[in-house]
Amino acid sequence: MDFTEDQILRYSRHIILPEVGGKGQAKIAGARVVIVGAGGLGCPVGYYLTAAGVGTLALIDDDTVELSNLQRQIAHSVDTIGMPKVESAKKTFNALNPDVTIVPVKVRISKDNILDLIRDYDIVVDGSDNFPTRYLINDACVMSGKPLVSGAILRFEGQVTTLIPGSGPCYRCLFEEPPPPGLVPSCQEAGVLGVLPGVIGGLQAAEVLKLILGKGEVLKGELLIYDALRTTFRKVKVPKNPSCPVCGENPSIKELIDYNEGYCAPQ
Amino acid sequence: MAEISPDKRVDIRGLVCPYTFVKAKLAIESMETGQILEILLDYDEAAKSIPKSMEAHGQQVLKVAKINDTDWVLLIRKAKE
Ligand SMILES: [Zn+2]
Repeated sequence: MDFTEDQILRYSRHIILPEVGGKGQAKIAGARVVIVGAGGLGCPVGYYLTAAGVGTLALIDDDTVELSNLQRQIAHSVDTIGMPKVESAKKTFNALNPDVTIVPVKVRISKDNILDLIRDYDIVVDGSDNFPTRYLINDACVMSGKPLVSGAILRFEGQVTTLIPGSGPCYRCLFEEPPPPGLVPSCQEAGVLGVLPGVIGGLQAAEVLKLILGKGEVLKGELLIYDALRTTFRKVKVPKNPSCPVCGENPSIKELIDYNEGYCAPQ
Repeated sequence: MAEISPDKRVDIRGLVCPYTFVKAKLAIESMETGQILEILLDYDEAAKSIPKSMEAHGQQVLKVAKINDTDWVLLIRKAKE
C-alpha cells in the first residue's frame, strides 16, 4: 500500500513500531471491524480504532443520544442529543480521521439479522449493555467463526476477553446461560464509574489491533478483570468447555436465541 | 572499500525526527532482503539515530558519512524482512 504524505505523518508512531511498520499499518487499513453498541464501550473502542486507521468500522445501535449518556459515552455531545447514537458517533469519528469508512447501522440486533450484520466483517466487538445481546453475539460468532472481543462493565468493575471460535472458549464456556432477569441489577442499582468504559474499551481496541496485526498474545482462554476501586487487574484462566451448549462437541444450541426481555438496559 | 551501488535512494533532507526514520523504514520495507538503501539527509541527529534504529530492527549499516557542510549519506543493507 502506498501511503500519502498525510498518512505517513498521521500513522508515523505506528510505522516506527517494529511490530507494526508500513505493512502492519496497511493491514489495519484493510481491516473491517463491527462494533455492537455505540455506548460506553463502543465509543472508546470506535474512537481508538478510528484513530488507528481501521479501514471500515460498522456501528450497530438503535438508541438515540441522551444527556445521561454523556457522563461516559465520549463520542457523543450536547450537540448530538436526540440524534441516533450511530450517527452521532460517525460524526465524531469522521472528524478525527476521514480515512476510515464508518458504517452506521441503526437497528436493534436480533436472531433474525445478526448473521447478516456481521457477515462482511473480520472481527466483532461486543460493546452491548445487556445479557440477551451478549449471548446472541457470542452464539452468532461461534456459528460464523468470527473472533469476538468481549467487554463488560458494571459499577467499578470491568471484564475483557477475546473469544476465538475453534481454538478458544466461547462466552457460554464461561457462563452457560444468561442470569435470570431478577438477578440482574435494576436500573437504579446499575451505576457505572464514567471512566471505566474508557479503560475496558481501550483494552478491547488493543485486542482488536493485535488480532489484525497477528502480533502479541490476545486474551484467549483468559478473562481480564479490572477493579477500579482497588486498582487491580486479575487474569482468570477460562478453559474451553467440551460440553458447552454452543461450541462443545455435541452442541444443543444450533439456532440463535432471542432471550425474553425483562432485562434492564441502563441508559 | 569498493564503491557500493544502492538499489534504492531516498532523499529525506528537510525532514526531522521521527519522519526521517519513518521514511527510511518505509523505504526498507518496500525492498528485497539483500538490497541496499541509500539515505541522503541533513538532520544531524538522524545521522546517529537512524543507524541505531536500523540496527535495532535487524538491518545492517554499511556506511555513515558526512559529505558536505550539511548533508549525510547512509547506506543500509536490508538483512531482515
Ligand atoms: Zn463455548
